[in-house]
Parts: sequence; structure tokens; C-alpha cells
Amino acid sequence: MFEKILIANRGEIACRVIKTARKMGIKTVAIYSDADRQALHVQMADEAIHIGPSPANQSYIVIERLMEAIRQSGAEAVHPGYGFLSENARFAEALSAEGVAFIGPPVGAIEKMGDKITSKKIAQEAGVTTVPGYMGLIEDAEDAVKISNQVGYPVMIKASAGGGGKGMRIAWNDTEAREGFESSKNEAANSFGDDRIFIEKFITQPRHIEIQVLFDSHGNGIYLGERECSIQRRNQKVIEEAPSPFLDAATRKAMGEQSVALAKAVGYASAGTVEFIVDGDRNFYFLEMNTRLQVEHPVTELITGVDLVEQMIRVANGEALTITQDDVKLDGWAIESRLYAEDPYRGFLPSIGRLSRYNPPEEVATETHVVRNDTGVYDGGEISMFYDPMIAKLCTWAPTRAVAIEGMRVALDRFEVEGIGHNLPFLSAVMDHEKFTSGNMTTAFIEEEFPEGFQGVTLPGATLKRIAAAAAAMYRVAEIRRTRVSGRMDNHERKVGSDWVVSLQGEDFAVRIEADHDGSTIAFDNGSTLRVSSDWTPGDSLATLMVADAELVLKVDKITSGFRLRCRGADLAVLVRTPRQAELAGYMLEKVAPDTSRLLLCPMPGLIVKVAVEVGDEVQEGQALCTVEAMKMENILRAEKKSVVSKINAAAGDNLSVDDVIMEFE
Amino acid sequence: MKDIDNELERRRAAARLGGGQKRIDTQHAKGKLTARERVELLLDEGSFEEFDMFVAHRCTEFGMEQQRPSGDGVITGWGTINGRMVYVFSQDFTVFGGSLSETHAQKICKIQDMAMRNGAPIIGLNDSGGARIQEGVASLAGYAEVFQRNVMASGVVPQISVIMGPCAGGAVYSPAMTDFIFMVKDTSYMFVTGPDVVKTVTNEVVTAEELGGATTHTKKSSVADGAFENDVEALTEVRRLVDFLPLSNREKPPVRPFFDDVARIEGSLDTLIPDNANTPYDMKELIAKVADEGDFYEIQEEFAKNMITGFIRLEGSTVGVVANQPLVLAGCLDIDSSRKAARFVRFCDAFEIPILTLVDVPGFLPGTSQEYGGVIKHGAKLLFAYGEATVPKVTVITRKAYGGAYDVMSSKHLRGDFNYAWPTAEIAVMGAKGATEIIHRADLKDPEKTAQHTANYESRFANPFVAAERGFIDEVIQPRSTRRRVARAFASLRGKSLQNPWKKHDNIPL
Repeated sequence: MFEKILIANRGEIACRVIKTARKMGIKTVAIYSDADRQALHVQMADEAIHIGPSPANQSYIVIERLMEAIRQSGAEAVHPGYGFLSENARFAEALSAEGVAFIGPPVGAIEKMGDKITSKKIAQEAGVTTVPGYMGLIEDAEDAVKISNQVGYPVMIKASAGGGGKGMRIAWNDTEAREGFESSKNEAANSFGDDRIFIEKFITQPRHIEIQVLFDSHGNGIYLGERECSIQRRNQKVIEEAPSPFLDAATRKAMGEQSVALAKAVGYASAGTVEFIVDGDRNFYFLEMNTRLQVEHPVTELITGVDLVEQMIRVANGEALTITQDDVKLDGWAIESRLYAEDPYRGFLPSIGRLSRYNPPEEVATETHVVRNDTGVYDGGEISMFYDPMIAKLCTWAPTRAVAIEGMRVALDRFEVEGIGHNLPFLSAVMDHEKFTSGNMTTAFIEEEFPEGFQGVTLPGATLKRIAAAAAAMYRVAEIRRTRVSGRMDNHERKVGSDWVVSLQGEDFAVRIEADHDGSTIAFDNGSTLRVSSDWTPGDSLATLMVADAELVLKVDKITSGFRLRCRGADLAVLVRTPRQAELAGYMLEKVAPDTSRLLLCPMPGLIVKVAVEVGDEVQEGQALCTVEAMKMENILRAEKKSVVSKINAAAGDNLSVDDVIMEFE
Repeated sequence: MKDIDNELERRRAAARLGGGQKRIDTQHAKGKLTARERVELLLDEGSFEEFDMFVAHRCTEFGMEQQRPSGDGVITGWGTINGRMVYVFSQDFTVFGGSLSETHAQKICKIQDMAMRNGAPIIGLNDSGGARIQEGVASLAGYAEVFQRNVMASGVVPQISVIMGPCAGGAVYSPAMTDFIFMVKDTSYMFVTGPDVVKTVTNEVVTAEELGGATTHTKKSSVADGAFENDVEALTEVRRLVDFLPLSNREKPPVRPFFDDVARIEGSLDTLIPDNANTPYDMKELIAKVADEGDFYEIQEEFAKNMITGFIRLEGSTVGVVANQPLVLAGCLDIDSSRKAARFVRFCDAFEIPILTLVDVPGFLPGTSQEYGGVIKHGAKLLFAYGEATVPKVTVITRKAYGGAYDVMSSKHLRGDFNYAWPTAEIAVMGAKGATEIIHRADLKDPEKTAQHTANYESRFANPFVAAERGFIDEVIQPRSTRRRVARAFASLRGKSLQNPWKKHDNIPL
């Protein structure tokens, strides 16, 4: 076995590889750019080598730099992770030229699968189903109808040069095909000056399902079931699971065998993934093959018990697979949520900066419950602008899908990330979405279910009531503590009452608390009661409570007269007041949010270092607009709301005074 | 006896109705609570004991003898906040617009006197149209009586003013002399002369809100220490503030049970200071991570944001925090930040509240506006305040401590008890570049040499060790253990005893 390997990557995947290498007794070498000097993968590895400036194109993907680091460290093999150089044939060649093992497939396989047209051709030859279509020139409408019939309706008529939906038509019959062809052609000619049209099968209710394959260099290969990755946003996967709730055993077997055939056809050796698009009738069509470890590989590991990184290392070391297809048993259900530093309330705008708090849920591995968190960051770490804004991959496993989803809900509730915007609330929202829980989703899930973007979560009444009970019990604890202050008048202390009004999400709950040694019983004015117990004390940022025999996990911040509570994707201001306070609060006027100015004013005297936007740009709330240097400090000014820049009055190098207008918005 | 009981009840009921239901409804319609409702929310349930409920004015001019409502437009008395005694007066806008008469003033003076004698804070809830014009000079005399007591009470018991309606003319000077002023957004304003007079005299057109609303006074004038959305929030937050304050200068700051590990390690603080010395970071993160339960009561949050002031607790006991904020103007000292911090330091010292100072200061803000504005004397206020303070003083330098600003920020030389520095601290006369340009002026034309000089200066002086070698820094501490170290430092100072020489009073550069 290798003595030492270098991981040509950063972030969570570098950490992931280091973990397995360590388990196998292999020493690890990390590489890092300027921005990653203090990164977790650098801390975890046995050695770390600096390979250049922060931008990846000056460090992580510069083959020469990597070769230098490999020579310097004496690593015998390189794991490329995903992204960066993981599917770069030149890199694999450079390694082989120096006699260093590439922990990935042979160069030939990378090259063959790297090209969309070649890979589709090879797939067809290997008997893999591909999306039926006609790539040649289509003469006229009658030709289009003929071809459409060959492909089979529904078809998609597309302009070669097309994009953004322009010059694209879906046809379900001959008439529509004829009309669609004409209009696409016209539109294409007008929009792109190129009227070439092609036709391919239109996939209805498409789902993204992929097969994990594993091959050794001796020609043995297996498939390790599938992963469903239909929950995507702009082709970026957000939630994955294994197995797919949609496949039956026969389809799984057919897809798996085709995938193995394809891998065999290209002389594959390592872990790889064959991606398919699957329609509503479980017809599946080859999309592409990824010749590397996938981001979402943990879900496969969780249901098969196979450590894919370990297998990749063994294969690269020339070992034969010890697992046969018969050994592969899919056990239970695994879900992965990708936690991104993207603010869901601001159009998923990347949010970079310091993680002033990063506290993931505890990892668990029992017979019935697994929580796994793959990450490359830590409390106080940084999400850098230079790389992928992924914070962590949170996975849960359970014997059934429903339990795995419930495990994910709780794990998301327990995940504390502060300091930057992130998609935790959105992930929670998906976990509670009926289309997801029923397994009835397609790749259009996010755009169909969140057409206006993410607006936050409105919790159902029963959940609100549970939160209200929890808040009342917690508030009472905090109020009693306040009465224990020194300097109080003996025998005239404040007595904390038992009647409270809890207001949240526009609803008021009148409750009476009866506390005893084990917790409290919260009686609602309609006669129902909820039993609450918890070891929460004031100041804890996470509260784990038992509310009527079910666990409730809340992220807690103190606000005036109550708490800001976050749970299940909801972000609630929960007020807990005495009946009299609530009554008097009723006189308070509802305030209209002040109109945020249409001007960006310079907040301090300083030098404009950079203007990050141009006139006409649409800016999202929170987007960086310009940088002002004052007292040698760079201050980034951000948009207060979504708007369009109508005028820019300052340029880099200008010296401005306080309240000078830097730019105006429509 | 029964008749007397009935009469008492009748009189009480009349007094409770203040200016009558119609005016109460008007008050409510404006989103304002009545004077009594405010007292009710401020104090512990059922704890209010009223004085002078039946006091009525004695004015006979302008037909005033026809209307003599009980209480005369102000409700006074005492009660408790979380069981601790406070005195309170609450002006009743429904009675003669809350205007101040001779008797109204006497009621306030009575509780001011009692508060000082018995050692408990005074909280004033202001909602008054001003002087009772019908009473003429008697009303003015009443104001002055109140003012004199504000002065006498200053530094003896905490005085808190909450402006919950108009507060204009001479009336502003009573709150102005109290320790803290809070305002209610949109429904309160304070000014010496109102918009009408301003228009007549200066031709300036300005609204009451622009002239003296909560935004003006929290952001521009710094007259107010905080502003709240409405009456309920304001009163709830005043209760929270009182929990931090000692009852008088005869008592130690309050202690309450806390649920936080004194030795809590915060690994994330090790990376708080960015790699690049010119990159700002949020000092409030450090404050929150040092404080018990992350609880921070900020004073003057909206003003001079390059300086942070407020209260935290360590081991359940109140500590005042003064900190430079690198996020704003690099955390430099200037006129506004010096004034803000100086006043806060003096409040803490007056009431035996220990002071934690967190330093990241590149120096004083240069410029004509600062010099013309008298930054010399304003900066000196902070220097003076720290120098005279005898309370326990613990200082942590996180990054820059340059020049005179280093001296000012509770340095060892100003009788700092514990002066800690993080390993990232740079204690020097100025930054490396500036220093090199002066010391090696001759080599300025040679960029290579200059770069070398700068690097040399950095390696020699951009660290905490030069100061530590001289004992100006007691110890270099790890950021992660700041809470434990600071808490232990204050714990060790519980018995601190330090006296300034006797004087009638000092002569701080006002």
C-alpha cells in the first residue's frame, strides 16, 4: 500500500479523503493557497504544502505547481477529489509520467467520457439508452414531422444556437411539430442569426438519477445502486438521496447493468458515476459519465457500507475488488443536504465571510440512526470568495426514508451557522415539503415550488402551538432567574406569574404554566395541555425540549420580551408577555417600514477603491456595490434591497465625504 | 367610617382617570400608553406605591381654580424592578398636557429626595408639553428645584429618563442631567426651541421629528442613549438596564445567577483577527463571546459607532465595556467617540462598575474638522476619565494600539489593573509604514530600502513583546481563553481599594 498520498483538493473533500487515508494508515499531504492557510484540511493533514495565490487558476489547478508539491512531499499517489483537476487527463498523464499513481480512472476513460458527443456515441455502442433525437439538419416542416415520429412524441424542437428558452418548442403531435418547427426556425433566425434546428425526445417529469460504479484495473466491476439528485437549483444539486424513491428493482438492475457495460467499454478502473435522466414512466436515458468521486457519494456509502475512497485507493494500488455484485445490498435510506453559504432570502446570493459560529449537529452512528457531516470549515473559519460556497454536506441514514427525513429535520434544526447567510432554512423547508416527502419530485421541483424564490416558512398551527409552549416554559425560567438578582427587598420579591400570552407568526396563545421538578405543563385556553421538559438555561443558543413526548429543537436568541426562535426553516419573533402586557401592547401602532433610500451614500470620508456594479445592473439585497477605504480599512457597501442601478457618481480613486451620493437606484 | 371609605374610593377613582376617558382614548390612539399604564409596565406587577395622589395645584389665575384634578399631571411613587427598589415619576399628558406646575414639581422633588436618602434609582417617564404657563414663574421655579436635585443626585443614584412624548424648552434640562436618556421612536421629541420658534428666528423650516426626534438624538446629537419602537418595548428595556445597575453609589453592582461556564473556551476567537491588518472585523463578536450568555446592553449604539460602550456581566456581575470598533473608521478615536466613551467611563466609575476595555485603535482621526472641533480637549476627556477612574480596570489589546490612543485606552500607565494583549497585538507609536517614512526619511526614494526598513520595523515593533518586556503588558493571552482570563482578573480585583487625593471636584476638560 502507498505510504503517503497527496490530496489535490481543498475543503470538505480533502478532509474526507484524509479521514479514510488515516484509517488505512496512509500519511497525507495537503496543498493550500494563500486563502486556505488556516483551512481545516491543512490542519488535518500530516503535511501541508503552499501552492500559490488564492485564485484556483493560480494554485489548485496549476498542474506544474502540483507536480512540484508532489515531488517535494514524496507522495506516491494523488487523490484529486472532485472539481479542480479531477477530470483533467493532462494531469493524470503528468502523474503517470513521473510514476505517481492517480487515484482515479485511466487517462483513456477520462478522455472518452469527457466529451459529450463521444461519450454518447460510446454509450450507444455499449447498449446504453440515450435520449433519442436527430442531430442532423432538418430540411422543412414535413421533415420535422417525419423525424418527430421517428423519435416519438413528445419532442423538443430546439435551435442549435438556442438558449434561455428562445427558439424552443415542445410538440405532442404532428400539427404542433409542424408549427413548432416553423416558429422555432423564425425565432432562431431572428434571435441568433442561425436557423439550424434539431429535434430530440422531450422527457416528461424528468428526474436525475445516477448509478455509482466501481471498477478495478483487472476488469472487475460492480454497481452500487443509485442516487437520486432531482432537487437541484440551476443545475446545482441541493439534496440527494439513495436509493431513489422512484426506481423499482428491475429498472435499478437495468440501469446498473448498462452503467457497468459502459464503464467496461472504456476500460474504467476506479469509482465513477453514470448519470441518467428518468422520465415519468421510468424510461431512462444516459446523460454523461463523471469519472471521479461525486460530491454526493456519502449517501451511497451509507446504504452500502462501502468506503468509496478506500476502494479508489486500493484500486489505484492495483488491488482487485473484493466485493462482488452479489455482495452489494442496499440497506436503509440516506439523505444528503448540501449546506451552502447562499442566502435563500436574497435570491441565493453567495454570502462570504467569517463563520462567527459553526456548530454542526453531533455525528451519530448507531444501528438505527446515522448523522454524518462532511465539512471543511470550523467555528471561526471563513467562507472565501475564491471557491465553491459549500459549508458542509449533512447526511442522515435510517432504515426507512421517512425516518431518515425526520432525522434530517432534527439535524438541520441542530445545525448552528452564524455570521453569513446560508440555505439551512431552505433545506428545512424542502424536508417538510409534501412533494419531497412523498418522493414525487422532478428536476423542476425548486423552480415550480419556489417560483418567487424562498420567502421563509409558515409553520402549521400544531407546530406553532408546540413552539409557543416551549417558549412560555423557557421565558418563565429566564424571568425567574431575573428575580434572583442581588439587592432585592427581602420579603417583597417579585413573584413570577403563571399566566402568559405567547405571540408568534401573527397568532396569540393564552397559556397557564404549572411547573414542577421535571418540567412544566402548559395549559392552553381551549383546554388542551402540552407537557414541556428541557435542560435549557438562559443563554443557551440551542434548546432541546421534549414537548408532549416529541423532541423539539430550537435555535434561541434573546429579544425584548421573548425570543427569536428558529426551527424547521421558520424564523420567528416569539413574544411572551403577561396578559396585561399583551393587552397594553395592543395599543401600540403597527409601524410601516421606512422607505429605504434610492441612494447609496458614502457613510464615512474615504477613498473609493472599487465600484463593483455598472449602470443597469440588477443588484440583489446584500450584494456588494462598492468598496470605500477609510483609515486604511476597506469597507464594503452593500445593496439594502433588490434594485437596478440607474446612475453611478463615483469611480475608483475618488475621495468622498460623508453622505456623498455614490450611486442611485431606480 | 364607611363614608370615609367611600370618599377614598371615589377620590382614587377620580385620580386614576387623570384627564378623563376621552383624553385617555386620544393618548391610546396615538399609540401611547397613559402615565399609569407606563408605571404598571415599568414596575413589578402590583409593586407600585403611589405618593401624592391627591395633590392638586393652587393656581387661581385664568380660571384655573375651576379645574383641580387630583395628582396634577404627574404620578409619583416607588416600586420594584425584579424585586429591587426604584423611584418613579410619570407625567400624565391627559392632565393639562402633562405641564409642570409648582405642585407637579414638588411631587417630583419629593421622590428625588427620597431616592437619594434611601439609595435607589430614579426613573422619569417624560410626556409633558412644558411649563404650566398659567403659573408663570412658579412653574419655572419648580423646574429649577427639579434640576438642582438632578445635580445633587448625579453620581449618588442612577437617574434614567425615558422621553415618551414631548419634552421641550426648559424641560429638557432635567433629562439632560440624568445618566441615561431613552426615547420612543416616532412619538417623542426633545428640543430647547421648537420648530415654530426656529422658523421665526432663523427662517429654518424643520419638523419636530427632524429637529428633536429619536433618530436625531441617537444618531446626530447623542443626547439620547437609545431609542425603542414603542412604549412597551422602551419600558421593558429600561427594566433590563436597571438589572445591570447598582441601586446607588453606596452599593456594589448587582449580581445574579448565571448559566455560563466561567472558563468557556471560544476557539473561534483565535481567528477573529484577519490575516490582513487592514481588514476590519466586528469587535461586538468578541464582546458577545466574553460576556455571560452573550448578553450585551449597548449604550449609544447609533452614535460614534467607531466606539462601543455598554454593559455585560461576568460571573453574573455587571461590567462596563468600552471597545474600539474596527468596522467603523478603523476604530479610531475622534471627538464623538471620545466624548461617548468618556461619559460612559465616568458613569461606571461613579457607580463602582468595573471596566473592561478592548483595544484596536490606529490613533486619532486626523483633519481640520477634528482640530477645529477641539479634538484635543474632547480626546482629553477620555484620557481624564480613565485616569481618574478607581474601579477595577482590565484591558485587552487585540490588534493595534498606536500612539497617543494607546495611552488613552486604559493603558497600564493610567492605573490599568490588568493589561492583556493578544499575540496579534501591535503596540507602537504608529504603523510600520508611517514610522519608516519618518525614521528613514533619507531612504524614501529607494523603495527597496524602504520596504526593508518597513519589514524590520514590523518584525521589531508590530507585536506585543516590546511592551511586555517593559511590563506595560502584564501578559500575552490566547484569544480563545479571553473570557476565562478576564473573568479571573476581575474576580481578583473584587477587593480593590484605590483613592484619589481629596479635592472639591476635578476640572475635567469640558
